[in-house]
Amino acid sequence: MALDFVAPLATWLAATPLSALIGEVAWIVPAVQSLHILAISVVVAGVFLIDLRLLGAFGESDGIAAYTRRYLPWVWWALAVLLVTGAIMIVSEPVRALRNTTFVVKMVLIVVAVTLTGATQRPLKADPDFWRDHKTRARALALASLTVWVAVIACGRWIAYTQDPGA
Amino acid sequence: MTALWSALERLPWSIAIREGSYLFPTIETVHVLAITLLVGTITIVDLRLLGLTDSGKSLRALSAQILPFTWGSFCVATISGALMFASRATVYAGTAPFQAKMGVLLAAGANMLLFQVILFRDVAQWDRLAPPPRAKLAGALSLGFWIAVVVLGRWTGFVMS
Ligand code: HEM
Ligand code: HEM
Repeated sequence: MALDFVAPLATWLAATPLSALIGEVAWIVPAVQSLHILAISVVVAGVFLIDLRLLGAFGESDGIAAYTRRYLPWVWWALAVLLVTGAIMIVSEPVRALRNTTFVVKMVLIVVAVTLTGATQRPLKADPDFWRDHKTRARALALASLTVWVAVIACGRWIAYTQDPGA
Repeated sequence: MTALWSALERLPWSIAIREGSYLFPTIETVHVLAITLLVGTITIVDLRLLGLTDSGKSLRALSAQILPFTWGSFCVATISGALMFASRATVYAGTAPFQAKMGVLLAAGANMLLFQVILFRDVAQWDRLAPPPRAKLAGALSLGFWIAVVVLGRWTGFVMS
């Protein structure tokens, strides 16, 4: 299908000793998936609270910059953990993810979501009150970010249910 | 109990969840969204209780802001989890990770209630200070319980297939 060009990579990865090792040690994949879910929890809570603040749900007593300072460092570290744990899952069963359209959509959506969250943080460096003075854009950004992050999670969960029967 | 579980499995919506192709994954996605919000938000309060983070807010202000989301997502997680459970109740009820998950879940819920009822009685005295040892204990227990629930939840899927 659309993803045929990664087939050699998937086949090569599947034949590596590392892939075999992860496959043989029964607890690695459940443990890594649990870590993946725990790291998602950190991303979800941080992004959710920042976006609700952008939407005006918490009043103005704490500025938006206080929220991004409090939660975004955790979010960025959790994303690093997601990258590593996600990569381990791919090595263990390369065809399952790499030849799966849902997986590719998930990767694209992650780039979009990270861009949106980065766009929330960036203007605050020069002006911590930036979003207070641009409320409409702040709301639009928050709604877009919440939507795309939820879509990333839905795609992550649906990889298992959208296996290409021919792969 | 087995009679109860098989009665659950025969309910019309249990059959629909078991036999449809999209219902189970959709409910599972809702479950994952709810548990990640639940675990992420409670972790913020737990780390504050442990004295590992300083949000610049009092513990009461932080809890008042965050715990409603924790309880809300707890409700959604319980409903979505119960729906998945009902679709294959006899099988789930017989697996060790699922049984352990329900046990630890009870402990985590009890800890959360105890925390709000007992610990918060004199919170005014240490609201902005370093948390006392019993607050640290509640935070550590909570973190441990919720991590265990996530691991056992994910593990259940591996013994089902
Ligand atoms: C950045 C690199 C990432 C990679 C390479 C990656 C890769 C993977 C892989 C291979 C799976 C297993 C799917 C399966 O076999 O069924 C998975 C599951 C999942 N991923 Fe990721 N992922 C990444 C980041 C993220 C992020 C940022 C999120 C959301 C915030 C996310 C959410 C999920 C979810 C919800 C699941 C299903 C977990 C479960 O319920 O077991 N992932 N991911
Ligand atoms: C409230 C806190 C809860 C947490 C943190 C939690 C955690 C989890 C996790 C991490 C998974 C794996 C999700 C996935 O990767 O697809 C899961 C699945 C599941 N949970 Fe929960 N859960 C909770 C409550 C419940 C409750 C109350 C029930 C039932 C009464 C329940 C029943 C299930 C079932 C049936 C599955 C599907 C297992 C499978 O076949 O893969 N959960 N849960």
